[in-house]
Amino acid sequence: MSENQKPKNIQEKLERSIFGLFLATALTVSLAGIVEIVPLFYLQGAVDYTQKTDKYGNVKNDKFPELVWERTFTMKDGKLVSDKALYKQNKHGQWVTADWKAGDGVRPYTPLELAGRDLYIREGCMICHSQMIRPFRDERERYGHFSLATESMYDHPMLWGSKRTGPDLARLGGKYSNDWHILHLMHPQQVVPESVMPSYPWLAETPVSEDFFGTKRDMSKRLSVMRTLGVPYTDEEIENANKAIEGKTEMDAMVAYLQVLGTMVKLDDSKSYRE
Amino acid sequence: MDTTTRPQYDNGVVQYLTVGAVVFLVLGTLMGTYAAAELAWPVLNFDIPEITFARLRVVHTNTVVYAFGGMTLMATAYYTVQRTNGTRLWSNGLAWVTSILFTVGLLGVVITLALGMTTSKEYHEQIWPLAIAIAVVWTLYTLNFIMTIASRDKEAYPSVYVSNWFFMGMMIAITYLYVVNGLAIPVSIFQSYSLFSGVQDAMIQWWWGHNAVGFFLTAGFLGIMYYFVPKQAQRPIYSYRLSVIHFWALMFGYVWLGAHHLQYTALPDWTGSLGAIISLAMIIPSWGGALNGMLTLSGAWDRLRTDYILRFLIISLAFYAMSTFEGPVMAAKTVNALSHYTDWTIGHVHAGALGWVAMVSIGAIYHMIMKLWKTEMYSMKLINTHFWLATIGTVFYIVAMWVSGIMQGLMWRAYDDYGTLAYTFTESVAEMHPFYAMRTVGGFLFFTGACIMLYNVIMTLRMANAKQKAGSLAQA
Repeated sequence: MSENQKPKNIQEKLERSIFGLFLATALTVSLAGIVEIVPLFYLQGAVDYTQKTDKYGNVKNDKFPELVWERTFTMKDGKLVSDKALYKQNKHGQWVTADWKAGDGVRPYTPLELAGRDLYIREGCMICHSQMIRPFRDERERYGHFSLATESMYDHPMLWGSKRTGPDLARLGGKYSNDWHILHLMHPQQVVPESVMPSYPWLAETPVSEDFFGTKRDMSKRLSVMRTLGVPYTDEEIENANKAIEGKTEMDAMVAYLQVLGTMVKLDDSKSYRE
Repeated sequence: MDTTTRPQYDNGVVQYLTVGAVVFLVLGTLMGTYAAAELAWPVLNFDIPEITFARLRVVHTNTVVYAFGGMTLMATAYYTVQRTNGTRLWSNGLAWVTSILFTVGLLGVVITLALGMTTSKEYHEQIWPLAIAIAVVWTLYTLNFIMTIASRDKEAYPSVYVSNWFFMGMMIAITYLYVVNGLAIPVSIFQSYSLFSGVQDAMIQWWWGHNAVGFFLTAGFLGIMYYFVPKQAQRPIYSYRLSVIHFWALMFGYVWLGAHHLQYTALPDWTGSLGAIISLAMIIPSWGGALNGMLTLSGAWDRLRTDYILRFLIISLAFYAMSTFEGPVMAAKTVNALSHYTDWTIGHVHAGALGWVAMVSIGAIYHMIMKLWKTEMYSMKLINTHFWLATIGTVFYIVAMWVSGIMQGLMWRAYDDYGTLAYTFTESVAEMHPFYAMRTVGGFLFFTGACIMLYNVIMTLRMANAKQKAGSLAQA
């Protein structure tokens, strides 16, 4: 009997020691992550890789320079400044994009767009709308050029989605007017009778500066967290972030976000962005 | 009393979790049915933010997966670990604390999600304070489980039984993946921004996302299968060797599969292909496991005619085999090009979630109720009714989603004679209506079955309590 009790192989040994089994299992489940995920942080040639060249947020894309909006960051008097401004207040008092034009390349979101993106997440839009166009002929004709990795490099988190109960929104920006979007968000079935989308009337009634339970939506805080995560904003842009959403409703923010989707990059059709 | 010959177990906490699971099954399937109805008839959204489809859908998934599934996993793990190791729990008090905190945390999750507080990460929507709380509770659960095994009498129970391996594997992988995917910086008490962005974020999200299915909803429930199928059939598991292969193949293989959710995206092509290849290879251990469970019945198949609980357990294995075949097929690149983004995915998930996870849980719960309260069920007939409602409901649901999913995929890529797209997106939405209605009916049937289960359980407990009272009165 005692002979029988001796473990004959590794499996039997592990079965008798719960901590051994624990370690062996932990090791086994770790393998895939090491092989599949770790390289994504280092393999620069694998995709349309845009490199972050320093901690200030300077970026470079050698292969496809048109993909990303390049501006130079420097430290001045202990503050991070740049040669180009992301957004500014115009002479009518409106906060608008400054040195960036549509098609100049991927850039961080303006405070209003970022607030809109947070609302997009709050309402769960990504449950029914993807933001990832695949390289197929029908998707190209329906939605536009397939999506590139650089296009979501500043998206913390990404919102690629996994389901198209409604159409893909990766290149929605500029396809419809602001008024269309507002009407559509208020009464989807008045614009598209067959639509199964819910209405979002509360967006028009709530100031975007208010967060849950009437607390303040602190955009400066949000931009500065983004900068910690590697999304480049200057100190001035972070300081002005709350002013830039003053007087706006949640609807304004949502529409601003929807209108910027896919408009940042002008892709060159003569180039092949993926092998 | 026979306390000297048979070890007594800590049953109170298991009783609590078992009944809790049944309650959450009813609530979760109700939410799912309502969400399904909203897609068929959007007017049901009523312009109420908390119940709009996108929020309710997430409340539904969290209720069924984490509240119902999680409480079932805790109940069965605490139940089986004592019985397979011949010992009480390492700490009954800790088990109670864990279970109560888990319930409170999940209620918090449901409420915050309805209010729109979410991370957006699929199956990881819980906002950061709740995510941390859940991770801590989960670690306590794991600790108690491992320490219970460690404190067994090693002479009487030298080897750790196979159901425990699966439970432990599930606990390890879930903790590890949940924590990595949850790394984020808070911007307020309600919201945080993910540490990762774009491509990396997508890969890490689905590395977790697929294993919420692969470990939480598969490995854990295989632990249930490996204990309750042999117990209910009163026969030993068909093959020990097959269960060893099943276990290690699953632990190694499942973690790779997330990449198949990202084929043809901006992710490097090799990752998706790797995910697809390993997905295909996973058919072998999965079917091995399903056969291992089913063949346990060989020589006793006639019992399916009389034992309704065994029916739940065996049909769950049939659905397990079906969905672990369907999954790899959908991971294959050419199929994925059609099936991705469509309702087919939703159908596939429900074939697994309703057919496999819920059915095996229901079987285990009926079994535990009778053992824990030392009673027969109030009505065996109602278990049979429940069985048929659940089975027909599941079939309705997945057939509706197969048809609508494949139809969507084909309509989106169809061209007319002039070489232009044959259908607008809106036309495809309009075509979905009958199938969304059919899905609602399927969900409603399943929900009705769950209500019957709750009724049956309540009546059984009342019966057991009355009997106990009568017994103690007679003694006095």
